[in-house]
Order: sequence, then structure tokens, then C-alpha cells
Amino acid sequence: MNKIISKEYFSDKVVRLEVEAPLIAKARKAGHFVIVRVGEKGERIPLTIADADVEKGTITLVVQMTGVSSTKLGKLEVGDSITDLVGPLGKATHIENFGTVVCACGGVGTAPMLPIVRALKKAGNKVITVLAARTKELIILEEQMRSLSDELIVMTDDGSYGNKGLVTNGVEKVLNREKVDLCVTIGPAIMMKFVSLLTKKYNIPTVASLNTIMVDGTGMCGACRVTVGGKVKFVCVDGPEFDAHQVDFDEMLMRLGGYKDFEREEMEKLSKLDKEG
Amino acid sequence: MPNISEERSKPWRVELRQSMKVKERMAIPRVVMPSLDPVYRAQNNEEVNLGLTPELAVLEAKRCIDCPEPTCMTGCPVNIYIPQFIKQIEIGEFAEAAKTLKMTSALPAVCGRVCPQEKQCEAKCIHVRTGKDPVAIGHLERFAADYERESGNISVPEVAAPNGIKIAVVGSGPAGLSFAGDMVKFGYDVTVFEALHEIGGVLKYGIPEFRLPNDVIDVEINNLRDMGVKFMTNCIVGRTISMEDLKAEGYQGVFVGSGAGLPRFMNIKGENLVGIMSSNEYLTRVNLMDAANPESDTPVFKGKKVAVIGGGNTAMDSVRTALRLGAERAMIVYRRSEEEMPARIEEVHHAKEEGIIFMTLRNPIEFLGNEQGRVTHMIVQEMELGEPDASGRRSPVEKPGCTETIEVDEVIISVGVSPNPLIPRSVEGLQLTKWGTIVVDEETMQTDIPMIFAGGDIVRGGATVILAMGDGRKAAASMHEWLQGKSGVS
Ligand SMILES: Cc1cc2nc3c(=O)[nH]c(=O)nc-3n(C[C@H](O)[C@H](O)[C@H](O)COP(=O)(O)OP(=O)(O)OC[C@H]3O[C@@H](n4cnc5c(N)ncnc54)[C@H](O)[C@@H]3O)c2cc1C
Ligand SMILES: Cc1cc2nc3c(=O)[nH]c(=O)nc-3n(C[C@H](O)[C@H](O)[C@H](O)COP(=O)(O)OP(=O)(O)OC[C@H]3O[C@@H](n4cnc5c(N)ncnc54)[C@H](O)[C@@H]3O)c2cc1C
Ligand code: SF4
Ligand code: SF4
Ligand code: FES
Repeated sequence: MNKIISKEYFSDKVVRLEVEAPLIAKARKAGHFVIVRVGEKGERIPLTIADADVEKGTITLVVQMTGVSSTKLGKLEVGDSITDLVGPLGKATHIENFGTVVCACGGVGTAPMLPIVRALKKAGNKVITVLAARTKELIILEEQMRSLSDELIVMTDDGSYGNKGLVTNGVEKVLNREKVDLCVTIGPAIMMKFVSLLTKKYNIPTVASLNTIMVDGTGMCGACRVTVGGKVKFVCVDGPEFDAHQVDFDEMLMRLGGYKDFEREEMEKLSKLDKEG
Repeated sequence: MPNISEERSKPWRVELRQSMKVKERMAIPRVVMPSLDPVYRAQNNEEVNLGLTPELAVLEAKRCIDCPEPTCMTGCPVNIYIPQFIKQIEIGEFAEAAKTLKMTSALPAVCGRVCPQEKQCEAKCIHVRTGKDPVAIGHLERFAADYERESGNISVPEVAAPNGIKIAVVGSGPAGLSFAGDMVKFGYDVTVFEALHEIGGVLKYGIPEFRLPNDVIDVEINNLRDMGVKFMTNCIVGRTISMEDLKAEGYQGVFVGSGAGLPRFMNIKGENLVGIMSSNEYLTRVNLMDAANPESDTPVFKGKKVAVIGGGNTAMDSVRTALRLGAERAMIVYRRSEEEMPARIEEVHHAKEEGIIFMTLRNPIEFLGNEQGRVTHMIVQEMELGEPDASGRRSPVEKPGCTETIEVDEVIISVGVSPNPLIPRSVEGLQLTKWGTIVVDEETMQTDIPMIFAGGDIVRGGATVILAMGDGRKAAASMHEWLQGKSGVS
């Protein structure tokens, strides 16, 4: 079950895994995610289904190795199996021909943006992708995004690659240049917050795909809760996509910070393991 | 199935009854369950109750007067043949006693541990009517089931010849497991689909190890496997596979035992601060994900001043878990008085022995946090008991102007659960109540969609293990009948 059929490195920290999961391949739609667990002591982490092949019975995950669990997954090789894989979860992305769509992504949001860009394009939209990172080395999936989008704008904070500036500078340039019908943003919460503030100013409908902490992914625990339009929502069942202008990003940022100390400890454990070989 | 009065008239039973006077039997004091020292056990996850020794069990069994009309049985939702198994214990036939339990219960070792006996079988024991302590039916049930398991000679119930008819079960909690057990005995080809990566439902992810060790459940699950039940974990019916898919694959009946897994919050200010979580999240991290183990990748907060809001079993399990994870002050905050607490009496008693602080007639109205968004304080409103409400319980009312601010670094919300909406949302035509529970015919557990039956918490809201099991058994019997009527299977 859940055997890895193929693996490709997009960079040292980003891999594409094609995994056997025939039922999920059949049931999934763009925007759905899965929860995976690697090893008997593993954590349950959410990952967007980047693509699926119903005939082969496989799904594709694009994993950015940021912490212990994503690194354990990224280090699996062809022939290995993922201990547990469940899905598809969440609500599917609402896809239609909106017209012109700006997709603003960065950091942890780049991988999950990939299938959305693909689906929007397929529905006939003009897709302008703004891909951002702190510095050149952290730009990932550039080739894939370029080939799927009508236009790709690369932004780096330090100007070491593409245009110098934040993701919002890239988005604003487009907003000033042409009529945009929708903005989709995925990335660190702080980034989504500023994209949302910007598009609100310009009155552009905006969807944010929220990457909160999750445990079960089925609505059972409430770990993923966020406040949207003054109401508490569970990202795993009510989302992950919400009207960005209604999301309380400050609260989300605060909640994401909750396990920072644990994450640091875990990474130290992992780097020790690495050294021991 | 045994005929109660016939069994009671068997020579060995008659002889046993005559071997001791009723008065003598009634004079024996009720056994006290041996348990671990409270100071020791609060630091680890070992099972608190140690179980009866054979001597204690036999002595307690003698207290049962083998009533001609055993009222105790009317208090048991699955009609365990109570005097029969107790008398088998009295003569030392422990394995036979276990067999008697298994005639009507799929999980005796579980129910002996977690049933609210004081409200069920034991409440109806004749001793209570004479002002004495009831026979410790639950302790004896646990004893017989444990004896069988520990002996390694587990009797696998007889299974009818396979009839090839495929049946699907949604959810592997007590409702689903007991349904599966009965259906496989009738000869059906049963597959249980479970959303999580472990089998057992609340028995695994909710109730902690110190009250219900996982080994106990695993033995029962393996027993079902040996009988031919198939399990498919990581499969969510309604997402991974739809009801239509199941039909297309030839499943002729579906039992929904998906539980009440949706946590309720209080919707008060500050509830989304870091360090405030549902008991489902807390217990899932600790029990299912083993987060307290340093080897585990899943983290869990280990608060020093932990408040648990609520007065049910879930609240008791959470607060005692917090203590075991190193809390210096572990508090129960409950808006009514101790008398109204829905938790089992034994849990409240054990919690107190371990040093849990009980703050009753208090209701949180706001949480306060620091700059990092971590909870630091909680404002509670003092309450007093007013007139009895529709349920007969005296309802709490606010004492104007009386509030108190309490220091906390972790808060666990345990104010109830709602039905898991996944199935109801994904199956068209299923009739639901306004609480989101599935409507069934009470006699047959059949829903408006004839091939779908349901039971347990998804039908009752948050209830008990034994009621869930009872529903599973009832549904199995009536689905069997329905399928026989439909296709002439026998
Ligand atoms: C619905 C959803 C879909 C997702 N899809 C993808 C995907 O397709 N590909 C992918 O690579 N990742 C995706 N993520 C993020 C992924 O789940 C996290 O990267 C992963 O949980 C990190 O676990 P870890 O143990 O490796 O890292 P941790 O040790 O938990 O964290 C390492 C670092 O990453 C940050 N981080 C952790 N979790 C998140 C998060 N959820 N959002 C933002 N930052 C986080 C931490 O703050 C920390 O700095 C998705 C998240 C959600 C909620
Ligand atoms: C912490 C805690 C302590 C408790 N203590 C006691 C006690 O001492 N005594 C007592 O009698 N009762 C107790 N209860 C209540 C008791 O556990 C429940 O009433 C009982 O477990 C209900 O059984 P169930 O089979 O209906 O559902 P559950 O045990 O909830 O099992 C439902 C299962 O279905 C799965 N599921 C849900 N949806 C799907 C889907 N779409 N597809 C596949 N699988 C799905 C879930 O993951 C879950 O595993 C306690 C409950 C809790 C939470
Ligand atoms: S199953 Fe529960 S209610 Fe029934 S006899 Fe056993 S302990 Fe009592
Ligand atoms: S009512 Fe009490 S004494 Fe009578 S049979 Fe039941 S357990 Fe024994
Ligand atoms: S992850 Fe548990 S409710 Fe969303």
C-alpha cells in the first residue's frame, strides 16, 4: 500500500513523489489534500494532492522539506511505502473561468499552488504567477510554474534573483497594470496577510489557502481552527480555502507559533540522526 | 441462547444456591477493587485498577443470590446473563464465565472497565433495594474476561459457513466492532472501514491507557480478525470511497457507526489562544499519536497549571492525563455541582485520590493571553443551582458580580461532542435530527435508506460504550433478518 513509484528532486529541499493510492486518485479534485504519516512514531501532516493519474492509480505530492516530518517523507525512496495516507480531504478549489487570476505564492505555499495554477489554466483563465522567496536559493518549482502560467514574476527580498522586493510588490505591479478578477494566495501566514491587505485596497476578490496545524484532518480535533468573518471554522473540513479578506490572519499567525519550540527540538534530533548516519 | 430459568434449574446451580444461606451471602461486604497507589500512579500511565484476584472474585461472586428474576439484567443494555456468569465464577469455572459473557457482548474486558455500572446493571441489583452495596458485576465481568485473555486460550466464537454477501461497516468504534462481530458469526463477508490509522474509535484515541490499556482492545480486535472480519484503515467513507462506490462493489448492507467526533467549543473570548484545545485534540495527541513519548514526532503541551472545562468522562480523562504529563495544578472546572457530574463515580473518586482540584459551580467566561498569544489566565463566573430543568437536574445560574481570575497555562475544553458530519454530509436522502444525528427506526436501527443501518454515538449523540455495542448488535440482528427477507439467505 502507498508505495512510492517515482521520485524526482526539484531542488535539494523539494521532491516530487508519485505514490500508489488508487482510491484517492479516483476521488480527488484540485485543492484536496491528504494526511500522511511516516513511521510508527510519525506525525500526521497535511499535503496537497498536486496531481493524480486514475489509470495508474497514483497521486503526486510535492514535498518541501521544512521540518522533521516533511524531511522523513522527502527522504523515502522509490519502492518504499508511506506508513499511512488518507484522503482526499478538504473542500475542492472552486474553479471556473474567472478571467485574469494572479497566483501569489512563496515558501511553504509554492507546492500546494501548483495544482491550482494547473486547474485555473485548464479552465481558460489567464494566470499570472508571482513566486517569491527571501533569496535566490529558496526559489523552488520555477520551471514548473513558468510552464503552467501565462506569465511568471519572480521576486526575492534581497534582489539576488528576479525582481527585488516582496511578493506584494510583484502583485501590486500587476494590479496597476491590468484588470485582475481574482487573486489566489498560499504561503506563510504573514505573506498571505499582506497580500490580502493589498488586494482589499484594490477590491480584488481573494482566496487564501490556509496551512494551519492539523492532527486528524477530518474535523475531529479543532487544532486547525481559524476565525473567518467572526466565526470559528475548521480548515480541514470547511477549507482549506477561504475568502482572504475575512480571515483573522493575526490570530492564525499566533496559533501557528504554538509549537515552535517543539519544532526546533525535533529538528535538532533530526540533524543529530543525520550526523550519526 | 440459554433459557434463563432452565439454566437456573440445572443441578449445579441449585446445589450452589443451597450451599450457602441468602443471609450469609448478603452479609459479605462488597469487594474493594485493588488499585495502584495514587502518588505512584499519577506519574505514569499504568492501569489504575489492578483487577480482582481469583480469591476476591470468588468471594464477591458468593454475594450474588442468583435471583429467580435477575433484575440486574434489565439494567444491562446487552442483557448479559449476569447470574449465570457470576455463578460460574463462584465454582471456579472462569473460562466458562468468559464464554457466557461473550454470548451477548463483543467486548467484555472493555465494558467491565468502562461501563457506568452504578447507573446500569448494578443500579438494578436486588442488594440495592435492601440498602446494601450491589454485587460488583463490572469487576467480576472484567475478572472473567481478563482471566480468559491472560490464559491465552481465547475461545473464538463459532462462525456460520460463509454466505458470500458483502457488508460494509463505517467506523471501528464499539458500535462498528460489535456489529461486525455478529455479522461475521452469521456468515457475512464483513469489511470495516476506518478513517484513522488505528482500529478502535474512542477506545483507542479517547480513553487513556491508565483506564483501558490498548492491549485489551487489540486482543478483542484480533479475535474479530480471526473470525474473518476485514479491516481497512485510512479509508473515509464519503471521501476516499463513496456509498455509491460501496454499492457498485456489491456491498448489500452498510452499518454506520461513525461516532460523535466533532468537538464543541464554548464560543467565548480568547478561546483560540495558544494552549487552549479540545479534549479530542489533547487526548488524540497523547493516546493515538503517543505524543508524551520522546520518540514520537507529534508534540503536546505539558502545562503546569491545567484547567479542564467539563464534568464528564472525557474531562476526567483529560485532567488525569494532564497530571501524568507533569501538571502541578490540574483542575476540573464545572458549572454545576459534583452531584450532577456525568462522569462515572469511580473516575471522580480516582481523580480526587490523585490530587485533582475540583472547582465546581464555576463557568469560564473569558481567557486572557500574553503577547505571544499564549493563554495565561481564565476568568470564571461563580454559579449557584437554580430550579430543576426539564432533565430534572438543577440548572446553574450566574451569581451576579462574582467572578474570579485563575492562572492557567493550558486549558482543555471538554464540554461535549456533536455527531461526525462526514457521513451525513455525503449521503443524500439520509434523515437527520436538528442535532445532526442520524434518524433510525429504534427497533431495527434501519435508516430511511433501507440498505443503511446506524448506531452508537452517530445516532445517540455522545452516549456510552455499552449502548453503542447494544446498537451494533441490534442492527446486526435486524439487518440479517432484512437481508434474509430480501434474498432468502439463511
Ligand atoms: C492543507 C495543507 C496543504 C499543504 N500542502 C503542502 C504541500 O503540498 N507541500 C508541502 O511541502 N507542504 C504542504 N503543507 C505544509 C506542510 O503540511 C508542512 O510543511 C508540514 O506539516 C511541516 O511539518 P514538519 O514536521 O516537516 O515541519 P515542522 O517541524 O512542523 O515545521 C518546520 C517549519 O515549517 C513551518 N511550518 C510547519 N507547518 C507549517 C504549515 N502548515 N504552514 C506553514 N508553515 C509551517 C514551521 O513554522 C517551522 O518553521 C500543507 C499544509 C496544509 C495545512
Ligand atoms: C475520552 C472519553 C472517555 C469516555 N469514557 C467512557 C466511559 O468510561 N464509559 C463509557 O461507557 N463511555 C465512555 N465514553 C463514550 C464512549 O466512548 C462512546 O459513547 C463510544 O465510543 C461510541 O462508540 P461508537 O462506536 O458510536 O463511536 P466511536 O467510538 O466514536 O467510533 C467511531 C469511529 O468511526 C470513525 N469514522 C467516523 N467517520 C468515518 C467515516 N466517514 N469513514 C470511516 N470511519 C469513520 C472514527 O474515526 C472512529 O474511529 C468516553 C468517550 C470519550 C471521548
Ligand atoms: S456490560 Fe456493562 S451494564 Fe452490562 S453487565 Fe456488564 S458492566 Fe453491567
Ligand atoms: S440482582 Fe444482584 S443478586 Fe440478583 S442475580 Fe443480579 S447480581 Fe445477583
Ligand atoms: S485537523 Fe483536526 S479538526 Fe481539523
